[in-house]
Amino acid sequence: MPDALLNLSAYELAEKIEAREVSASEAARIANARVEEIEGDVNSFVTTTPELALERADKIDARMKNGGIKLWESVPIAIKDVLSTKGVRTTCGSKILENFEPLYDASALLNYGETPVMVGKANMDEFAMGSSTENSAYGVTCNPWALDRVPGGSSGGSAAAVAAGEGWWALGTDTGGSVRQPAALCGIVGLKPTYGRVSRYGLIAFASSLDQIGPMTRDVRDSALLLQAIAGHDPRDSTSANVEVPDYLAELEGGVSGLRVGVISELMGEGIESGPREVVERVVEGLEGAGAEVGEVSLPHSRYGLPAYYIIAPAEVSSNLARFDGVRYGLRVPADGLREMYRKTREEGFGDEAKRRIMLGTYALSSGYYDAYYAQAQKVRTRIIEDFRAAFNRYDVLVSPTSPSVAFGVGEKIDDPLAMYAQDICAVPVSLAGIPAISVPGGLSNGLPVGVQLMSDHFTEPMLLRAARAAEQVADFEFTLKP
Amino acid sequence: MISEEEVRHVADLARLGLTDEEVRRMSGQLGAILDSIDQIGELDLTDVPPTTNALNLTNVLRPDEPYKCLPPEEALSTAPDAVDDLFAVPRID
Repeated sequence: MPDALLNLSAYELAEKIEAREVSASEAARIANARVEEIEGDVNSFVTTTPELALERADKIDARMKNGGIKLWESVPIAIKDVLSTKGVRTTCGSKILENFEPLYDASALLNYGETPVMVGKANMDEFAMGSSTENSAYGVTCNPWALDRVPGGSSGGSAAAVAAGEGWWALGTDTGGSVRQPAALCGIVGLKPTYGRVSRYGLIAFASSLDQIGPMTRDVRDSALLLQAIAGHDPRDSTSANVEVPDYLAELEGGVSGLRVGVISELMGEGIESGPREVVERVVEGLEGAGAEVGEVSLPHSRYGLPAYYIIAPAEVSSNLARFDGVRYGLRVPADGLREMYRKTREEGFGDEAKRRIMLGTYALSSGYYDAYYAQAQKVRTRIIEDFRAAFNRYDVLVSPTSPSVAFGVGEKIDDPLAMYAQDICAVPVSLAGIPAISVPGGLSNGLPVGVQLMSDHFTEPMLLRAARAAEQVADFEFTLKP
Repeated sequence: MISEEEVRHVADLARLGLTDEEVRRMSGQLGAILDSIDQIGELDLTDVPPTTNALNLTNVLRPDEPYKCLPPEEALSTAPDAVDDLFAVPRID
């Protein structure tokens, strides 16, 4: 039986530790025990780090005697295996980094604290490319709600860890929905902050113009607290925003009275299953009942979001993954001559989806195709941003499903890239526009969780979180540990 | 469809080895993906400026000052092969 403390939110646990009712070491031991108990069924992690968690928790308990500990620092956390952790193996779910130990920590982790109580490095689709966590060289992660189904992706390990109580919260990364969609499929809260809100330094790059680190948590208050812990400008990431970090908890309970909420009509029709759509409709009715002004809004270019994303992201991948060449780190397959060494190392080190995206991106950027694909996609991106701008003139917060379906079966879509890509249909317009969005569990469809996606304008996370908090309160859903 | 010859050419640009079976599979899959993304061509976007950064950031500058970085032996500690404080590679062809 899992320990009763595992039923608390991260915020509640942190308060108990701050009040000295529980020590950080006890919390770490409880998290480790839960990992031990459940990991064989779920496989949330590529690498578990129980000794490290205990060692760091001891340090926090020692430091606590002198005060100066931030509220969140004592909470055991799962870290997606794409974030660099000094001296702790970081694979990105890829064989090419099987034995890679980074030389420094990601800035987001350093912001979290001197010694984050990390329970393990969470499983993921290789280099964060995928929507099911099946593209990992380290086995499939199972959805804690139904072990024969996928947890979503690419942050599927982080989502499963939170749903199963392997730690109280997790960090994921989101390029085209990789925090939000697995959060939706595993019945937890996933936030993609505004592009640039959280430093990408030490986040191993997938698509640099889209990547963003985000909190994966049990509820919206935890999401606000974890964002508080990681946000901030970082001179080491030139794309990180030099914008003041507000207090994300201050107006959290302010409610939605008078808030203008627009439901995106294009994301409530074709391609969206009726179950998720009905759950979203019920939550929107709830928000209206709580005082929000609800209407419908159109994003005319949203249908071009998916094709534009599947040009821009692979194009950036083909460039970013060029660094895995057997020279400075990772796998090297010996060969006679440099070119052959590159080819063989990359042939053996990369999995199917990574290869597919490298090929797609190289093709789209190659001579003769550049204007028709990459340049055109960048212009579509401008149109999508204009659509959102027009929508935010009329509405404060926009709403859609997070994912067009509930969790699907392991193996169901893995041989059909286009079906897998369609999972991202509601998520990618947000990514292209760089705006923040959060997925909140809205209820169940066929016994499986459905995520409601809320979106708002750049750097308006306090309002977004307030709306999400209200959505969570009107939703027919309560977090309980699975399985 | 994109031809197997084209697949091999693109793989060569990407320095990516592919088996014959992968080349065959990639030819069909990339063709299907490209067919589905071709729809962006139907938009007339002649005068629309491209977006490279959603926040319109340009020219982020910092003072050009020396700072402490990784010592060579540490930077080389993750390398598959190193000689005399340098990354070592096979013969360049």
